[in-house]
Amino acid sequence: MAPQAIGTDSQFTPQTGRRVEATREIRRERLKMFGLTVPALVMVTLFLGVPVAWLFGLSFYEDGQFTARHFTRMLEDSSYSRSLWLTVQISVAVTAFAMIVGYPVSYVLSQLPRRWAAIGLTFVVIPFWTSLLVRTYAWLILLQRKGVVNDALMSIGIIDEPLYLVHNVTGTIIGMSHIMLPFLILPLYANMKRIDLSLVKAAHSLGASPTFAFWTVYFPLSLPGFLAGALLVFVLSVGFYITPAILGGGRTIMISMLIERNVNLFFEWGAASSVAIVFLAVVLGIFWILNRFLAVERLMGE
Amino acid sequence: MDNDTTSGLVSHYRRIWLYLFVVAALFFLILPILIVIPMSFSDSRFLDFPPDSWSLRWYRQYLTTPEWIDATFVTLQVSFFACLLSTPLGVAAAYGIHVSGWPLMKRIQVLLLLPLMVPHIIIAIGLFFVLANLHLINTLTGLIVANTMLTLPFVLVTTLAGLRNFDMNQEKVARSLGYNRFWAFILVTLPQIKGSVVSGMLFAFIIAVDEVIVALFISGGLNTTLTKIMFTALRDEIDPTIAAISSILIVTSLVVGFAASFVNRDRRQ
Repeated sequence: MAPQAIGTDSQFTPQTGRRVEATREIRRERLKMFGLTVPALVMVTLFLGVPVAWLFGLSFYEDGQFTARHFTRMLEDSSYSRSLWLTVQISVAVTAFAMIVGYPVSYVLSQLPRRWAAIGLTFVVIPFWTSLLVRTYAWLILLQRKGVVNDALMSIGIIDEPLYLVHNVTGTIIGMSHIMLPFLILPLYANMKRIDLSLVKAAHSLGASPTFAFWTVYFPLSLPGFLAGALLVFVLSVGFYITPAILGGGRTIMISMLIERNVNLFFEWGAASSVAIVFLAVVLGIFWILNRFLAVERLMGE
Repeated sequence: MDNDTTSGLVSHYRRIWLYLFVVAALFFLILPILIVIPMSFSDSRFLDFPPDSWSLRWYRQYLTTPEWIDATFVTLQVSFFACLLSTPLGVAAAYGIHVSGWPLMKRIQVLLLLPLMVPHIIIAIGLFFVLANLHLINTLTGLIVANTMLTLPFVLVTTLAGLRNFDMNQEKVARSLGYNRFWAFILVTLPQIKGSVVSGMLFAFIIAVDEVIVALFISGGLNTTLTKIMFTALRDEIDPTIAAISSILIVTSLVVGFAASFVNRDRRQ
């Protein structure tokens, strides 16, 4: 403020004084509230931020020198592109399954009377609560050569010999599809609950057939939840480790396993960290897009 | 009830196939989990279904193998202390984010949700290095801090949801009547959002119990978690003892899950 302004009444009234005081109060309040988040921030910084930063640094170093070798190797070595391609294929298959099965389930559940919807949702939420390792184990015993699935298929005469359903890509896709399905159903259900069904009725009264009304009115309204759920399933599938490791029989090397093997089998921290950094960038990019459709909090099925 | 189909345009009868499909999908979701429980009572090594003869031998095997029991205690301790730590941290952060209108707080919220987004294998190898430098590999402390960080978002999200349904004016009234902020929160706000806080805490506990990937890297020796032993055992052979442990874990998550939604009911009304 210019010095000559101090004396003039219009520049410094009790009102501006109060305003300055109020701004100061807001600042103090903000600082206090920020302070409350500090312990949580410290936890996340120390045990997530620092580890990721270290991996980032490591991905550019070898023998104490800067190098881009770990990244160029990712382009040259075919094992990386094979693993990436497999990861994309499996994730697309799992996402497609979740979309095809999940949409009708959410659709029906969202229109059921309250009590029936609650029962149906329980069926969706129970697997959601159950440990991923336990669900993977369940599929391991169901899909084995003398398991329930092969027994059932043979007794109804669809097949004569047990199929190889596990320790391969098939088993991985089946197990992951089961695990991922609730992640599509729950956000889509929440989205569909908010759709006003009288809009569909209105379309009908204007002459649209039920099918036409569904595709032109209902489906577009459910699309944001549908796409968000699908994207969520995809991005979570891409990061899977446990299920492919157990149901894939050591041959289904998805990206997460590639990283793990580089560390545990080959002690190649540089290679592991460069894959991890690229992978992380892609995953966070997808989440960034996802966040435009769906609050990240929905990840928990809230 | 006839008007409950999409706006009553199609009769229930005409879309019976849709209902059948949905029932089949729901059974697909639940059956693989429930089938493990009867199988765990099988007397055979091969876990046939339905079991030819019943026995408790795999439960006995679990309870009499020191390795399994030690690991169970490690997991219980880690999960207990992790949810005990992540709850106050998550509640404090949720309060700060909710009360402050500062736009920066939205960014902070996203930062605190990162443990949900970053693939666990990346967290695991990074954390291995950090904890190795702190000499915390294969220690309870290392496992507890890691799980505190991993479960924090769950407490944060549930508490934020609770706060959104709470009228902050009540706390203001308490403060204007002479309580300081801390006591106003403890005596007025907390009792009314306790359903959300407790359910966040229960979820934090169960998430910590179930965590595998990070434990694979940072736990070991005397402090190996239950899930790490299960995972390593599973990769090698189908040990029926795991069916018994799995059944116990399924029942535990069911109990904790239902308890969490029960205590959380207050905010849905």
